[in-house]
Amino acid sequence: MSYTIEGRTGPWELVIGLEIHAQVISQAKLFSGAATAFGAEPNSQVSFIDAGFPGMLPVINQECVAQAVRTGLGLNAQVNLWSRFDRKNYFYADLPQGYQISQFAHPIIGEGAVEITLGDGTTKTIGITRLHLEQDAGKSLHDQHATKSFIDLNRSGVALMEIVSEPDMRSPEEAGAYLTKIRQILRYLGTCDGNMDEGSMRADVNVSVRKAGEGFRTRCEVKNVNSIRFVMQAVEAEARRQIEVWESGEEVFQETRLFDTARGVTRSMRSKEDAHDYRYFPEPDLPPLVLDSDWVAALKAALPELPDARRARYTAMGLTAYDAHVLTLEKETAVFFETVAKGRDAKLAANWVTGDFFAALNRLKRDVSDPPVTAENLGALLDLISDKTLSGSLAKQVFEAMLETGKAPGEIVEERGLKQVTDTGAIEAVVAQVMAANADKVAEYRSGKEKLFGFFVGQTMKAMQGKGNPALVNEVVKTALAG
Amino acid sequence: MHPTDFTLRGAIDALNEGTISSVELTNAHLDGIAKLNPRLNAYITVTAEKALAAAKASDERRRQGTVGALEGIPLAIKDLFCTAGTRTTAGSRILDSFVPPYESTVSQNLLDDGAVFLGKANLDEFAMGSSNTTSASGPVENPWSRANDPDTRLVPGGSSGGSAAAVAARLALGATATDTGGSIRQPAAFCGIAGIKPTYGRCSRFGIVAFASSLDQAGPVARTVEDCAILLKSMAGFDPRDSTSADMPVPDFAKACERGVKGLRIGVPKEYRLDGMAPEIVALWEQGLAWLRDAGAETVEVSLPHAKYALPTYYIVAPAEASSNLARYDGVRFGMRVTEPGSDLRDLYERTRAAGFGAEVRRRIMIGTYVLSAGYYDAYYLKAQKVRALIRRDFEQAYEKVDAILTPATPSAAFGMDEKQDDPVAMYLNDIFTVTANLAGLPGLAVPAGLDGQGLPLGLQVIGRAFDEETVFAVGRTLERAANFTALPGLRAGA
Amino acid sequence: MGKPRQIKDFLKKMSLDTATIRRIASLARIRLDESEVQQAQAEINGILGWIEQLQEVETEGVEPMAGGSPVAQARARLRPDVVTDGGQADAILANAPDRQGEYFGVPKVVE
Repeated sequence: MSYTIEGRTGPWELVIGLEIHAQVISQAKLFSGAATAFGAEPNSQVSFIDAGFPGMLPVINQECVAQAVRTGLGLNAQVNLWSRFDRKNYFYADLPQGYQISQFAHPIIGEGAVEITLGDGTTKTIGITRLHLEQDAGKSLHDQHATKSFIDLNRSGVALMEIVSEPDMRSPEEAGAYLTKIRQILRYLGTCDGNMDEGSMRADVNVSVRKAGEGFRTRCEVKNVNSIRFVMQAVEAEARRQIEVWESGEEVFQETRLFDTARGVTRSMRSKEDAHDYRYFPEPDLPPLVLDSDWVAALKAALPELPDARRARYTAMGLTAYDAHVLTLEKETAVFFETVAKGRDAKLAANWVTGDFFAALNRLKRDVSDPPVTAENLGALLDLISDKTLSGSLAKQVFEAMLETGKAPGEIVEERGLKQVTDTGAIEAVVAQVMAANADKVAEYRSGKEKLFGFFVGQTMKAMQGKGNPALVNEVVKTALAG
Repeated sequence: MHPTDFTLRGAIDALNEGTISSVELTNAHLDGIAKLNPRLNAYITVTAEKALAAAKASDERRRQGTVGALEGIPLAIKDLFCTAGTRTTAGSRILDSFVPPYESTVSQNLLDDGAVFLGKANLDEFAMGSSNTTSASGPVENPWSRANDPDTRLVPGGSSGGSAAAVAARLALGATATDTGGSIRQPAAFCGIAGIKPTYGRCSRFGIVAFASSLDQAGPVARTVEDCAILLKSMAGFDPRDSTSADMPVPDFAKACERGVKGLRIGVPKEYRLDGMAPEIVALWEQGLAWLRDAGAETVEVSLPHAKYALPTYYIVAPAEASSNLARYDGVRFGMRVTEPGSDLRDLYERTRAAGFGAEVRRRIMIGTYVLSAGYYDAYYLKAQKVRALIRRDFEQAYEKVDAILTPATPSAAFGMDEKQDDPVAMYLNDIFTVTANLAGLPGLAVPAGLDGQGLPLGLQVIGRAFDEETVFAVGRTLERAANFTALPGLRAGA
Repeated sequence: MGKPRQIKDFLKKMSLDTATIRRIASLARIRLDESEVQQAQAEINGILGWIEQLQEVETEGVEPMAGGSPVAQARARLRPDVVTDGGQADAILANAPDRQGEYFGVPKVVE
């Protein structure tokens, strides 16, 4: 059942393509030796090259090229051994050279594809048109002065990968899932940190609408959307706007728009009104970018395992599709899980990581890369469960104690004497006491009120401060009541 | 002998022999500048104090036993080379107040070899011009004048007109220059001196204000071929900061000057025999070929069938690249800014660039913008880059038969300051013989070879194979020796 | 070679109108007064007409020259990923016509 938006004239389909700008992880900028770190003092990470000073020339950073190649390989895409940089000419306050060095005619990466998984468990393949390298612009601050904008060039020249999709997405959910998937792959590869809050990743969203069976109608581009949620909202808002325009008998004009996150609507972007004649031509300051196939092969051989492969491996280990999905969303989570599961029952490990551990992260507002319990300690806790030192409920108590103290589970068990009681005789003695103190309930049970069974188990566990082995307690209570 | 009459080689020898100090040499040139620059306008900025300090330091180094290849030699630096702490204008109002915090690689190489900079030489604005009349600092006058018309002030050629005029008038022993379509060779020819545009990639472009990136190349002008060879050796070399810089060893060019031409085959491109070419130019060319034959070379006719398209090709490629290279002059980070009350950013750009750029620069930016604009790229820029590839191929085929090519340097001698100013295309024709070498990336050397009927210098041009400046110098030196060019300009220091 | 006479002939054949001249000037961010539009039109048309002769060259299948290198196989050199530059905000801002603290100032931009 495909996604549509109901207009006055009936249902409308959505056609969505994304251009994702992903900041390449590198020490230095694409064409200069200035640093790329986020959050530095204004204009402190700027070379004269980045500021477009007279006589300054670009020199390509090898690692940025390698990162683009890794990403291309991760997107199952064609790596072009011959590519070229072009100049995209336009004037803007934070574009110091008056042009952006980009790749227009001959990108470093050609066609590829990624598979997205949707909420109902279905999968869909989204085509990648291309990936190219380009330099980022600086930043304009509009809120520092009543009549002026302030320009900070720290970002100017930072390497970006622009990943262009085919117009293959048909719903906000698909757009969100696609962006999520690209972000996941890039983070796995270590080619982009995916920090959308810091602007390391942002998307230009191309949206058009159509009636079933039609070709493409005019699309609009919503620029610089900086979260997955906003991408989904922008798609819907823009689609609804276009439907409104078409249904009122007007035309949708191809234009660049901005998503107003506060009001949840898109609006026309004034500053880009005549920026469409970019006068691309080959960057004469840079000879063509020619890659050796051996070098590409070496990068390929060194690629880390990607989420799809990892997920397949997890299901083969016996995990549910859901657990495999959740555990591979972030590389750090997968690494954490694998440390916990190593040499242990994978399903038990998955239950603990996706259950108590995730709940703890949420509650404590911590991140898997900064976990409140180490993977090693969580693994040790599972060992105590497996060798029946701890019952399930004791294990939960120990886990809470681990969160509070950061100590290893064995230590906590020792200190607090939480070791499970598996001595049948000791349990029998407690059960006898419980029965003696509740003779009336014993009689009721024996006259057929069998649901009191749980009461006796509970009282016994309570008397044992939870340390009784639950299976044994059950067994002993049953035998004693049968008396 | 007046100190300004030394050749660069002669000055090196005199310094080495201790018969003159760098301070004396520098002072003599500064005196000449003080006297003649108000008229010639060859320098935009004279850095007398820095020059004397540098000369003193050089003399001190020499006393300490450290002697660079250009130790204590006073030079002029075209005001297109960024010089740290010294205003660099590119001959434009838009950079009127720009003081670079960095040094161009070429000028740094010269400093590293001990050179003394006298100041920044005038030029056509952003190196766009063939007459040095488009500079925001005013036109440069050629130190030569017509024998029968001494009152008509002549252009020195361009764009390196200040460099050429300064060297010809003995206001520097040599100068840096740049050449995008002929901007070293044409003014050298007009001013009766030598100048070489080396192979593209031989000199780093780092720190040189860009005009047309795929054509720009730095080179020296000096009064002798050997002086050019000495300067180029210092200026050239691989620079990792310029991605188009050639990672190749720099040969001893001065040594190559004395190789002679025995056994060399010299090409004569038949397409360069233009209809209506001045008879004096034809005669000089024939004379040059005869000199080379006398020295043991063989002259061979070659064909460069696409050469006739070189100028229109150039006038697509160069403005296109310039329109982009000059976009950075926007009044935001450096240089001039012009606003009116209430100006928005766009208005700031438009006013700044209208006021900051002169007419020729504005014209070329607009042409370049047009030929790159939507729908025209294929017809203009792409077409031109294809024709350019054909021109390069023409040369490659010619160089299967010959070792170097000889042509006139210019279609005429220097013209009057008021002539040819109203028709841009007529002005562009000045570069007709020189521009092919830029398009193909090849080295080209202009050598003074004779005088026209008015007593004005005329030059010949030697074009070589890529990275074979050595043969070019050998041919040039042979021509120079045969021509025995001893005429002197009327305006010169020490005269 | 193109002569001024021939150029004038070309001019008649193809020429940019004043609207196009204004559009180019606008793209290039060069303010043109009305009087300048006319002059620019004449000059630019003269030059474009002269350039037009290139169209007669047969370039079918010719690989365009990439950049200025005389060596056909020129390829970009890559530099190591090392921070070697920056940390010089004062030098970057020193030539600014409107320095605002650690920033460049421009008239307020409305996006």
